[in-house]
Amino acid sequence: MSGRQTHRLRVDIIRCDGHGHCAELLPELITLDDWGYPVVNGGLSADVPPELVRLAKRAEAVCPVLALSLRKVDANADDRASARR
Amino acid sequence: MTVLPLDVATPETTALATLPRLLAGVTPGQRVTLHQHLDRHGPMPTHRGRRAHPLLGQLASSGLRGRGGAGFPTTTKWDAVTNSALRPVVVANGAEGEPASAKDRCLLRHNPHLVLDGAQIAGHALRARRVVIWVHAGGAPTIAAVEAALSERAAAGIDRLPIELVVAPEHFLSGEKTALVRGINGGPAIPSGVRVSERGVDARPTLVQNVETLAHVALLARYGIPWFRSVGTTAEPGTMLATVFGAVGAPGVHEIELGVRLGDVIRQAGGLTQDVAAYLLGGYHGTWVSPNAVDLAMTHGDMRGAGAALGAGLVVALPAGTCGLHETARVMTYLAEASAQQCGPCMFGLPAIAGAVDELAAGVASADTVARLERWTAQVTRRGGCGHPDGAVRFLHSALATFKDDVAMHQAGRPCRPATPVLPTRREVLPL
Repeated sequence: MSGRQTHRLRVDIIRCDGHGHCAELLPELITLDDWGYPVVNGGLSADVPPELVRLAKRAEAVCPVLALSLRKVDANADDRASARR
Repeated sequence: MTVLPLDVATPETTALATLPRLLAGVTPGQRVTLHQHLDRHGPMPTHRGRRAHPLLGQLASSGLRGRGGAGFPTTTKWDAVTNSALRPVVVANGAEGEPASAKDRCLLRHNPHLVLDGAQIAGHALRARRVVIWVHAGGAPTIAAVEAALSERAAAGIDRLPIELVVAPEHFLSGEKTALVRGINGGPAIPSGVRVSERGVDARPTLVQNVETLAHVALLARYGIPWFRSVGTTAEPGTMLATVFGAVGAPGVHEIELGVRLGDVIRQAGGLTQDVAAYLLGGYHGTWVSPNAVDLAMTHGDMRGAGAALGAGLVVALPAGTCGLHETARVMTYLAEASAQQCGPCMFGLPAIAGAVDELAAGVASADTVARLERWTAQVTRRGGCGHPDGAVRFLHSALATFKDDVAMHQAGRPCRPATPVLPTRREVLPL
């Protein structure tokens, strides 16, 4: 039985410069903190519901510093795609 | 601010079966030479042949955990760098960016060969391509001691893989594992967010191990598992180095068994010289606890269960006349200035938080100061490129809980008068 594939959106907060385009395109998932930096699910990453995947891809493409990434992951698997710590 | 004579505290002992272990044979102010080291401990164990190094299996059974602050099982860290076909790099982390901690500099100045043995043994067991020691830990005297030890080893030809010394810059985050990898790779020593066990120094799987952890490895490899586990607890065996200062009779670096009570540590450090307002445990990413917490056991597990943190073994006894809020405000400002300035939530959030804590400490807090603190601490948590914001928030929350009564007084506009600062926010204060 293969795992269901889901999409995970992640902010590379080191790259991020607080332009805020992502929050403008995807307010359902991304808000801005008091200093203009993206908040995703209270942190820096979240699963993306299927109906928002298209918008998430546009948000990823529009980030001026390529700080947003959308990766496919197997449901319930460790997110190894971003090699984060 | 008072200059503290933080040196190694070494009770007399002859049997290695008890304590001290890392500090056995150490005379305060003197470095153990290679000759003395080999006299006491014998030659470094070597392993030849193609079978897996015996230490890899021993490490799992030993129960050794890292001594850099996180207390992560050492065996798990070593396993993590063996998954790749690429030969890994071993880094001994002697940055000691924590201003109040002196244990790593003490170990490196007095007993560097234990650390260097451990690094060499790890390099050998893991078939490392390079072994590096990353040092600041008090600067020139520490670096000189490591250089002298490396010269002795080179002259004796005992290191199959020469250990490279790389000097770390002096700042709080220079010991963060992704920062040191970036520094060794020739970049700035600030965090990068990569998974170093996969892609670290020279883009190789990298094992980053605190210098004290490697010193324990050097002894474990010689004396074996039953010996190693003969002190400490079942879950967390062995000894650890604790930096103890404040209202104690014998401030210094003390070697203790894991699992002893906080009260035992205070007794070993000469007992209290006056009433205490609170204890700071772990470091500046650690936690304040009440003066009644003397029964807390010195293990990561027990501390975590009590909402506290063992961290890198810091124990500060805050004198009763010193306001914990003032101390906290000073440290929060230091932590804000220590930001690598890469991530918005940290570089803007921590100064905002520190400013609000300053208002509280000065007794000029407005009605919404605490609400702002709660809002901002929630906004920076889990949103940094490293653990710095989370650690700072943990420290702050423990202060607000432990100094609850002071907070109420300060909020009511009746702050304590500032007293002589106790917690160092500049390196020079600990003259080791």
